[in-house]
This record gives sequence, C-alpha cells and structure tokens, in this order.
Amino acid sequence: MSFTRLTAIARKEIIQIRRDVRSLIIVVIMPIVLVLLFGYGVNLDLKHLPIYVYDREGSQDSQDLLKRFQASQYFHIVRAVNSYPEVVHAIDDGQAKMGLVIPHDFSHKLRTGTTVKVQALIDASDDNTANVLTGYTQAVLQNYSNEVQLEWLERRGQTDQPAPLSVDARTWYNEDLESSWFIIPGVLALVMSVIGAFLTSLTIAREWERGTMEQLVSTPVTPFEIMLGKLAPYFVIGLFDAGLCAVMAIFWFHVPFRGTVAALFISSALFLIALLCLGFFISVVAKNQLAASQIALIATFLPAFLLSGFLFAIEQMPMVIQIVTRIIPARYYVSALKMIFLKGTPASMLYAEMIPLAIFAVLMALLATRVFHKRLA
Amino acid sequence: MLSRLKQMLIKEFIQVFRDKRTRYILFGPPLFQMLIFGYAANFEIRHVPTVIVDFDHSQESRELISRFSSSPYFDVQRQLTNREQIVDLLDRGDTVVALEINAGFSENLRKGQTAPLQVIVDGTNSNTALIASGYVSQIAQGFAQDYQQDRLQRISPMLVERIPRVELEPRPWYNTDLKSRWFFVPGVICSLTLVLVTTLTAFAVVREREIGTLEQIMVTPIRPLEFILGKTLPFFLIGLLDVALIAVVGTLWFGVPLRGSLAVLFAGTVVFLLCQLGVGLFISTVSSTQQQAMITAFFFIMPAITFSGFGFPISTMPGWLQKITYLNPLRYFLVVVRGVYLKGVGLDILWPQVAGMAVLALLVLSLSVIRFRKALD
Repeated sequence: MSFTRLTAIARKEIIQIRRDVRSLIIVVIMPIVLVLLFGYGVNLDLKHLPIYVYDREGSQDSQDLLKRFQASQYFHIVRAVNSYPEVVHAIDDGQAKMGLVIPHDFSHKLRTGTTVKVQALIDASDDNTANVLTGYTQAVLQNYSNEVQLEWLERRGQTDQPAPLSVDARTWYNEDLESSWFIIPGVLALVMSVIGAFLTSLTIAREWERGTMEQLVSTPVTPFEIMLGKLAPYFVIGLFDAGLCAVMAIFWFHVPFRGTVAALFISSALFLIALLCLGFFISVVAKNQLAASQIALIATFLPAFLLSGFLFAIEQMPMVIQIVTRIIPARYYVSALKMIFLKGTPASMLYAEMIPLAIFAVLMALLATRVFHKRLA
Repeated sequence: MLSRLKQMLIKEFIQVFRDKRTRYILFGPPLFQMLIFGYAANFEIRHVPTVIVDFDHSQESRELISRFSSSPYFDVQRQLTNREQIVDLLDRGDTVVALEINAGFSENLRKGQTAPLQVIVDGTNSNTALIASGYVSQIAQGFAQDYQQDRLQRISPMLVERIPRVELEPRPWYNTDLKSRWFFVPGVICSLTLVLVTTLTAFAVVREREIGTLEQIMVTPIRPLEFILGKTLPFFLIGLLDVALIAVVGTLWFGVPLRGSLAVLFAGTVVFLLCQLGVGLFISTVSSTQQQAMITAFFFIMPAITFSGFGFPISTMPGWLQKITYLNPLRYFLVVVRGVYLKGVGLDILWPQVAGMAVLALLVLSLSVIRFRKALD
C-alpha cells in the first residue's frame, strides 16, 4: 500500500465533492434539516387534546367535574353540545378526539351513594393518543371521585382517612419526559446512514455507471487503496456531520449532553466505518444508481429509522423482529447515543454497544474488500 | 395524438418491465417495507421490564407485587435485594421501571397512615415512561382503593355499600383493542405510495435526460404534453397497482379492517397520485442527474412523512408548523385512508380532504407542466 497513491485518490474524491455544489450543500444542510425536522415535527407530548362534552344533567356537580377538565392543560374543550349525534359526528370527522358524556342522573347518584359512570367515547384510530387520553381522563375522574368520597365520609363522621398509598414516582435521565430529548440523539444515526451509505453508494455507483471506475482500476492503484481513498473523505464528512448534529441538539434543542466526547467519537467512528463499507459493498454489487440508492435505503436508512429503537421501542416488537434488530448496527449506535447523551455513560461502560459495533465495522470492511477484488478480477 | 401517446406508453412499459432489477424495485421493496413497518411501527406499551426491591416482606407488599406481575403491562423480571442494583440496571438500560417497597410498608398501612411506594422510571424513551407511569399509578390506585374498602368494611359495612364513586367508562371507537398496527398499517400504505410514485416519476424523466435519450424523443413528432402524459401515465398505473398490492397484503396479513367503501378509497388514491405525479415531475425539472433527483426527492419525502400525522399527531406541533402541513398532500390522504379503513366513513365526511388534495394536485401539476415545457424548449 502506498500512501501517496492513497492521498491522490482521496484528493480526487474531495475535488469531486467540492465541485458538485449540490452534494456539498447536502453534506451541510441535510443534518441541519433532519435535526430540525425531528426536533419540531416529532412530538409525543400530548397536550390540549380536543374534546367535546355532552352534559346530560347540567347540575352544579356535573359542571364542577367539567371545570376540572377545563383547567387541565391536557384537554381542550372545543364545544359543549346537547345531543349524542353531535358528539358522534365530531369524532367521525376528527374534530374531537374524545366525547365525554355525563349521565342525566349524575348528581342524584352521587348523593345517594352509588357508582356513577362517566362515558368517554374515544377516537382510538390512533391508539397511542387514545391510550394517553384515557390515562389523563382516568386521573381527573379518580381525583374527583376521591374528593367526593372523602367529603361523604366526613359528613358521616369518618374523618381523618388518609390515602393508604402514595406513589412517589421519579423519572430519571429525562426528568420532564421531553420527547425531543428522546428522539434527537437518534437523529445522528439517521444522518450517518444517509451520508455513510446512501450518498456514498450513489457516488460510487455513478463511477461504475459511467465507466470511470474501470479507468481508475487500470492505474497502478491497488483495489484496497481505491476503497480507502474513496471512503476517507466521507469518513471525515460523516464525523463532521455527527458533530454538527450534536451541537444543534445541545444548543438549539437543549438536549443535555452528560457523557464524554470520547465516547461519542468512538461509537460514531465505529458506526461510520461499518456504514461506509456497507455503502461501498452495495455500490459494487448494484453498479447502477437507482438500484444502489434503493438497496442503501432499505439496508441502512429504514433499519436506522424503524428497527433501531430510534422511535419505536425494540422491546415492544414481536420476538422475530427483536432478533432481527440484533444484526442491525444502528440498534447499538442509537442505544449508545441515548446513553451518552442522557445517562452520561462513559465509553468503558458501553461495551455492550461498542463491541458489536466494532465487530460490524470489521465484518463490513472484510466483505467490501473481498467483493471489490472479485468484481475486478 | 392518441396513436403517438399509445406508442409512448408501449415504450415506457417495455422499458420498465424489461429490466429485472426495476421490476423487482417496483414491487419488492414496497412489500418488504410494508411488512417491516407493520411489525416495527408500534407505540403499544406492554411487558415493560420491571424490577422490584421489597424490604418489607409482608403479606401486603407481596399482594402489591403480585398485582404488578399479573398485569400485562409489566414484566417483573427480578426481585432485587439491594438498592445499588437498581441504579446499575437503570444505567445499563436493562430495566425501565424500578419499584421499591420500604420496610414498614405494611405497618403504615395497618396503622392507617400513608405508606409510600417509591417508583423510578427510566425517562429515556419519554413515551414509554409516560404510559408506564400511568399504569403504575393505576395499579397503585386500585390497591389503595381495595385496601381502603377493606378497612371501612371493618369499621362499618353499611358505609362501604353506600359510598359514591365516579368511574370512567372508556369506549374506544374504531380500534377497540387499541392495536397500534391498525393505526400504522393504513399510514404505511399512504407513505409507501408517496415514496414510490414520487421517486419513480422523477427518476424516469431524469434518466432519459442523463442518458441523452430525451433529445432523441424530442426530435420525434411527439408534442411536449404527449410526452409528459406518456411518461407519467405508466407510473400512475403502476402506482395504483402498488397501492392495491400493499393494501391487500397489509389488510390481509395484519388483519386491519376495511370498513368503508373501496370506491372512496380509490377516488382518494387517484387524486393523491395526481399530486405526487406533479411533485415527481417538478423534481425532474430541477435535477439534471439521477443522484440529484434522488436527493431532492429525499428532501421532499422526509418532511412530507414527518409532518403528515403519519406517526406523530399534527396537533402537538408548533402552530406555524401546523399551518404549513396544509400544503402537504399526505396529510389529507392519511385522513382519507384511515377514515375509510378504521372509521368506515364516506365522502360526506371526507370530501374536504379530497378537495384539499385536488386543489394541491391542480397547483402542482400545472406548475410542473409549465416548468417542464420550458425546460424542453
């Protein structure tokens, strides 16, 4: 291996990237766009959910209960209606996520000491929203119920009945349950997938498509030097983009960075090496841009988006899919990122993530060099 | 005019279906993505990994623990013996919820005082944390209520029988079992259609330009409008075929109910496809190489999916962003498809969505046709 030949290839690649203004823009803009996209667009903190209320009684008690919904930041009472069909229509066309129906004998039942059921018609087509909504509603009703009971008991001489149990719940690492804290660190993995595999496989597939790769091969440069020289600039770009994303996450979206820069650097470098080699491998196999881009998308971006724990919790997937995620590098990287950002885990404690990443990096590098040799022969 | 158009269509179909790879790309990846998405995209929270430390070892504490271990929401993995293990497990991400029952728990309960239950939740995944905390307090509430009732029973059985209580009677509509899959599968059908039709149209035109065959076609007597029609019509038909394919697979494989009318679904799809053809055509007018087209398409597709309500409710986005989403055709299409699938509603409710898409389609199509004709001259 000759160092001069290697740098020559790398220099050629850099000039090529620099001349193509559009790809240069992509390198800088894409990470920013993705961080902004997920920072602003992906929010699971459900608040001000639109609801309709139908108070069939209209008494002091029922109004009292509704006021609690009004006061909560989780609900937004869009309208109070006077008929059932109005509620149904609102849920059908998506105006309301929930219709709260207070029965006509609400206060009567409370006074006589029986159980009264408040009906909640919930649009469950979005199961997550429905779930959270049910939880909030349950909490409001439970509170109300407890107070009514306490008052009832007091009136009958049963004072001083403290609640038997108090839940002292603390949330660690993401104290206010900010969904941006949970999502943005994972964006690094997406950006790297786009730069590392998608862009790289496209650029190299183009050389194959246009026949310039054969020209390169006919020079004294060895295949290994070609591969290394071509990938090196993208390695630097990838790391630069990772840094850019991290800076945006920390300073723009105020995601805490509790870990060490070293841990971030090492895990990013390992992940990037695996991706670059995979991208190279794809371009060698596909040799055409349309196919290369599609394969790269399916092999790197989609898994990073879906199967890495970036958005969807891995432990909630079916067992088969959980096993599949074990052969996806992004899974380990996303897990490492979340630990580095939120938990402050040092590099030495991240062995469960770092070792698989290192194995992937070595495997992919071997695979890429082998295929490249074969195709040239 | 018709015969020229017919020739053009025949040429396009031969071109698309001759190449084995393209043939595969048209139908393979969409199906594959449908399956992966269907399994992975899931916000359901079940079997949350949970550990418990019980310092009390009483009948009461065991009763509380058994409520957690018999719940489908928690997966009580281990009973620990000391507090330090909790920190370690949470740090490494091996558990999400940790419960701690202090010594003296049962004594407090028996004396009629409030017994604290310590709960630590890993907030890294904010959504899981939020919903899991809700379940924890539900179980704790249930325990407290039953205990309270037992206590009152002992004091005065009459009181327990006649105590007011407000209960929630949740009625989740459209998706009674709150299955995440029912929410996501129709969404995946929409998103895949978007990706496919946009990229295929953009690629088809740009490839002719890149290879140089566009000039050849332009010297034939074909008129620009015929060329545009000839180029886009095949993808319109392929798009429809793809939607049908993934819709059938998604519906049958994942068992998602199709409650509305196929005609409404078809009408919505046609209007949406027109929109996407316009977008694809537009992308082709601003790109001169396939790589550029791919990247431009990527920059369109990512925000389009993120800001559509595909996985994240639009109502949680910042106000200015919510207004921008009205320019996103996918936003309307999702409402139509989910409406037809889950709610079984018809055009009487969905017409505003279809109208919105139609307006967008008209705008985008005329804009891109004008641009395209200019680019040809």
